[in-house]
Amino acid sequence: MVRNRRLFLKSSAIAMAGMGAVPLWLSRALYAAETPNARKKVLIAIFQRGAVDGLNMVVPYGDKRYKEIRPNIAIPDPGQDGGTLDLDGFYGLHPSMQPLMSAWKDRKLAIVEAAGSHDPTRSHFDAQDYMESGTPGFKATQDGWLNRALVPGKTSPVRAVSMGANLARSLRGRQEAVAINNLKDFKIPDPRSAQSFENMYASTLDKVLNGTGKETFNAVRTVQSVEKEEYLPANGADYPDSRFGNSLKQMARLIKANVGLEVAFADMGGWDTHVNEVPQLANLLRDFGSTLGAFYRDMGDLMANVTLVTMSEFGRTARENGNRGTDHGHANAMLVLGGDVKGGKVYGDWPGLESEQLYENRDLAVTTDFRDVLSELVVRQLGDRKVDQVFPGYGTAKFRGILG
Amino acid sequence: MAHPKTLTLFAAGLLLQVLPAYSSKPFQTKLSKEKQALHVVDRLTFGGKLADVERAKRMGVEKWIEEQLHPERIAENPELTAKMSSLKAIEMPSAELFKTYPPQQVVAQIARGKMPMPEDPLLRLAIEQVVERYKVKKSEGKQAAEAMEESKPTVEQIRAKILTVLEPAQARTLRSGSAEEKRALLASLPEAKQDQLLIALPAPARRALDPVAPTSMRRKIVLLTQPQQVIAYDLNEAKLQRAIYSTHQLDELMVDFWFNHFNIYLDKGADRHLVPSYEREAIRPYALGKFSDLLSGTARHPAMLFYLDNWQSVGAEPPTGKGARRAMPAKLKKGTRGLNENYARELLELHTLGVDGGYTQKDVTEVARCLTGWSIVDPRRGGAFVYNDRVHDKGEKRVLGVAISAGGGQNDGEKVLEILLNHPSTGKFISRKLATRFVADDAPEELIVRMAKSFTDSKGDIRTVLRTMFLSREFLSAGAYRAKVKTPFEMVVSAARALDADVDFAGTMAQKLNELGQPLYRKVEPTGYSSRNEEWINSAALLGRMNFALALAQNKVPGAKSQVTGTREQLEAQLIPAGLSASTREVIENALKEKEAKPDLIAGLLLGSPDFQRR
Repeated sequence: MVRNRRLFLKSSAIAMAGMGAVPLWLSRALYAAETPNARKKVLIAIFQRGAVDGLNMVVPYGDKRYKEIRPNIAIPDPGQDGGTLDLDGFYGLHPSMQPLMSAWKDRKLAIVEAAGSHDPTRSHFDAQDYMESGTPGFKATQDGWLNRALVPGKTSPVRAVSMGANLARSLRGRQEAVAINNLKDFKIPDPRSAQSFENMYASTLDKVLNGTGKETFNAVRTVQSVEKEEYLPANGADYPDSRFGNSLKQMARLIKANVGLEVAFADMGGWDTHVNEVPQLANLLRDFGSTLGAFYRDMGDLMANVTLVTMSEFGRTARENGNRGTDHGHANAMLVLGGDVKGGKVYGDWPGLESEQLYENRDLAVTTDFRDVLSELVVRQLGDRKVDQVFPGYGTAKFRGILG
Repeated sequence: MAHPKTLTLFAAGLLLQVLPAYSSKPFQTKLSKEKQALHVVDRLTFGGKLADVERAKRMGVEKWIEEQLHPERIAENPELTAKMSSLKAIEMPSAELFKTYPPQQVVAQIARGKMPMPEDPLLRLAIEQVVERYKVKKSEGKQAAEAMEESKPTVEQIRAKILTVLEPAQARTLRSGSAEEKRALLASLPEAKQDQLLIALPAPARRALDPVAPTSMRRKIVLLTQPQQVIAYDLNEAKLQRAIYSTHQLDELMVDFWFNHFNIYLDKGADRHLVPSYEREAIRPYALGKFSDLLSGTARHPAMLFYLDNWQSVGAEPPTGKGARRAMPAKLKKGTRGLNENYARELLELHTLGVDGGYTQKDVTEVARCLTGWSIVDPRRGGAFVYNDRVHDKGEKRVLGVAISAGGGQNDGEKVLEILLNHPSTGKFISRKLATRFVADDAPEELIVRMAKSFTDSKGDIRTVLRTMFLSREFLSAGAYRAKVKTPFEMVVSAARALDADVDFAGTMAQKLNELGQPLYRKVEPTGYSSRNEEWINSAALLGRMNFALALAQNKVPGAKSQVTGTREQLEAQLIPAGLSASTREVIENALKEKEAKPDLIAGLLLGSPDFQRR
């Protein structure tokens, strides 16, 4: 029965391929080959949705223009009240991100400055879409870069996990990827109903629901094997009780359970600070920094197998706007945290904040394509992936040497 | 290039359950009369009930569609009117909402005598109690702030207060009885006692009553704990009740569509008090009317001006001489304000032209300049629209190639709306969005072109554009039939409709929608929710749907009751009028073989099945 159905799937898919219309979900069942499970490194992607103000997250206090163009919202110099946390004499971290300083001092946290997409869009939606598809300028790309980062095959039902109620755009595509809102609730409590639902979704001819249904029930078994006891973070790590904090805590738990997690995605919203930015950004970065700090602490030695990278769709205007906020801009800062990271260093060229140095005379210019950063992590960490497979059409990736 | 070429051609319509029905042109293949009725009812409502389908068949689909396009000709469901009557926040003007359901800091101000007491007798009672304690503390010589802080009553005080309302045995039940016993106790109390009890209890104990409280008490619990949350309570309640029970299904669907198109996030500051009037005055009256009314209504509504910051956008002094631009930022002093382009950008990208509609960054800035001065009087107290000429940018502007001469004042903004309304990209953008919601994720381009023409010819008459779509061969085709996956909102509502559930409290369903990733009135981003299939199919969502289906059918969703009876065949006909797939039927039959399944379990399985997730 199962065999017949698979055959049927295959032939109908081929028939449709003739029509030029194989949906990716269907392709999954078709291309997935059994490959052995090997202990893999874990790549975590974090998206700051809404465009974080990178110039106040990683502060270029050494650029004298910084305070001139942000008279009301600039972070004070290091040493002053509420001042920047000095990193290297030129850049500093926002004071709310204190919990990340130990990772910086351990040389496990690196920063890439003036990174972003060269695409000129200032639409949140388009820019997020481009960054997540990994193909700026191409709207038709259906799958996400993080899904393409996976070596094709079946390894673990939870090899790719998106934390939240929706499967992130970055993780959509041919390889199995599951969305998990909360490990505890990731099940059908009544076993008999669970079995009936599993059978229904396994046998439906509705291909979209068939593929996702199968993945779901496989993942449920794995997650429930992990979810038996209360989770206690190690080393006294204290995650904020926020959506983002809980996402990273659950990721830590999956990594420690060693169930075959390879890539994971989490996001945090609220960064679109057009008005009265200072207090809002301080709160957001506190959640953000405390969460990443707790994760680093919680992982301890296991950090050797983990690389985490943060991104946001674009930066914000270099100058503050009329409402003590900032509008949509261009380049931003990315953080890279991990055991293999050559940290304690800011990568990327600083384009400067003088008017003639700004992109379109308003925004920080992009000097590092975000794909350069992500390619290096994927190719050097996950193995057996070529840049062009993950970022189609981007043959010119230049690694910055962030990984040791 | 590894870029998959198949992508653009992907059409959800190809994923239908009935493979033989595929022709090479699914959008050219006409549906049978039977299927047309099923299809039309499923698309124009929040879930087709058997009776609706029968009616559409009898009337003929064209007549049935025309009826839904004219809600004023259909009598509203009296049951709904009754359910809505207690949801007072929905009908109140913003300023009154602010007074009746004040934010927490205002409650403190009222207690300090800096603001007048609210009208609501229950809230007044509760606040009087806070004031009482405040006065006692203050008479003990504490500072005002400290006295407010310490005005929490002691355990003894609470206990004594409770015993003035309840018998000692009742108080014991309330403290340590089972959920069932508590529920019975609360239901047995007369309303006056219920109120007194709620006031006597401290906030955490009050909130803890929510799961065992009768519906009439739930709203009061919110009112006494966080008064301003009553607005969210009423909005959620009204939206779900209308979707489930209204006979004006298409009208309600379009209200949802336009609110989502001109999305506003309820929890952004002042918007908490502005959203009811926004939906009631800027969206609802025009859901099937003129797009121009929606556009100008939302553009000047305080809720939108606040959400996208335009109320604070201020014209800069026109730069003079060479290098003036560069010098400008340094001139900014503390407290000065300037241009904010947030609304201008979303107006072009999301409300009218679409991101590929042919505008530039320069256009965004120019539109923002035109709209300077479109503001709000005292937004945090539910204030109204005001045009403030003092902060308007008086210079000359150029929007999408059209010159707007200096000195236009408020008219500059009106001019912008007019330019956008008549721009060909707008009709196309709106048509495509409608077709994605109603026809298929990637509806045929020819249809969108015809709809856009209809939009232009009718000067943006929504009813006309919808009619063009509903009567098109593409809409009534195999390519569209069951091509859409329900959004969580559509799934939850359609399940309640299919079961004929009696929902007297929809809050639990609203809570479920948060978990399913579609909280009502709380999409943070101005994009609104996507109606495309891929947004809503993933493991977390599927499990959430299955669990909700079981819970609803087995009466485990507090506030919703259904009486599920009948054989498998009867339930199938009731819940899945379009007919169950053979594969799902086989699974359910097998489950029945192993052990006799009760009707509510069968219903739960049907509502959680792949078949029910489509429309």
